[in-house]
Amino acid sequence: MGLLNKLDDPFEGGGVLLGTVEDVLNWGRSKSDWYLHFGLACCAIEFMAMNASHFDFMRFGTIPRTSPRQADFIMITGTVTLKMAERIKILWEQMAEPKYCMSIGSCSNSGGPYWEHGYHVLKGVDRIIPVDVYVPGCPPRPEAMQEGMVKLQKMISEQAIFNKRKRMAEIDKQNEIK
Amino acid sequence: MQTEKIFDTLTKKFGNDVTPILEAAPSEPFILVKADKIYDVCLFLRDNSELDFDYMMCLTGVHQKPDLGVVYHLYSIKHKHKIVLKTFVSIDAPNVPTVERIWRSADWHEREAWDMYGINFEGHHNLIRILCPYDWEGFPLRKDYVTPEEYHGMRVPY
Repeated sequence: MGLLNKLDDPFEGGGVLLGTVEDVLNWGRSKSDWYLHFGLACCAIEFMAMNASHFDFMRFGTIPRTSPRQADFIMITGTVTLKMAERIKILWEQMAEPKYCMSIGSCSNSGGPYWEHGYHVLKGVDRIIPVDVYVPGCPPRPEAMQEGMVKLQKMISEQAIFNKRKRMAEIDKQNEIK
Repeated sequence: MQTEKIFDTLTKKFGNDVTPILEAAPSEPFILVKADKIYDVCLFLRDNSELDFDYMMCLTGVHQKPDLGVVYHLYSIKHKHKIVLKTFVSIDAPNVPTVERIWRSADWHEREAWDMYGINFEGHHNLIRILCPYDWEGFPLRKDYVTPEEYHGMRVPY
């Protein structure tokens, strides 16, 4: 975007910025993501380090929320048991659109160490809700979570808002040709 | 008190209902108790002033084919001695008297043993599943347990 750079070096006359409404909206959306943290296992412990001052997750513009109705995205950090999967589904459905999901750690990506003998573990949270960003690791380092956050921001900032169906149809058409 | 002495006290009191096993390497010595006597033995262990087992460290189930078993780890805070009790029941009628009224901590431990092994603790006031969902079928830690294909529309195998 480079929107902020323009403030240092404005056009003649000053204070004029050029950009599409979509760019500005997406810039705002991607830089102020509020999240619902769904901590289930040791990944949530690692996420505490991520949230603390050393790695400072809030500099990405994220604010932890305790209600799904105020959250832009949900973070699934840990082992999703079948018992908990139903609760996650309910929370996901309570979130307002547009909403995103970040799956952190091997367990919520694919079942992790419980993939074979875990009779009680859902083998990947993507079996019940759509996942936008997967962060691998067991548990992932905070750096990996940061990259996941950057990926999510990039995804949001490139999203179509206007003429969405028309533009998505074009993309679908291109994918079909491939 | 030494483990041998505790075992002697128990054999004097309960006779053939208990069988001390002193050389049980690699595990520590334990005493086998008949399932229907477990309440009396536990009550004696707690209330006898020389034994005074006031703390139940752990109660767990075990599936030792072909039988189901319950293992009790007891400790006396006052005398600083401990003891292991074991009892085995047939898998077709896994009924063991509850010790929930002797040690309150047995409440959830027995619920867990019921949840995982299906051991029926007779007289327990609230014997329902504690870890698995209430409508779960089967007892997961039994050797012959088969992982379900589906639960509430979610596929379970990888």
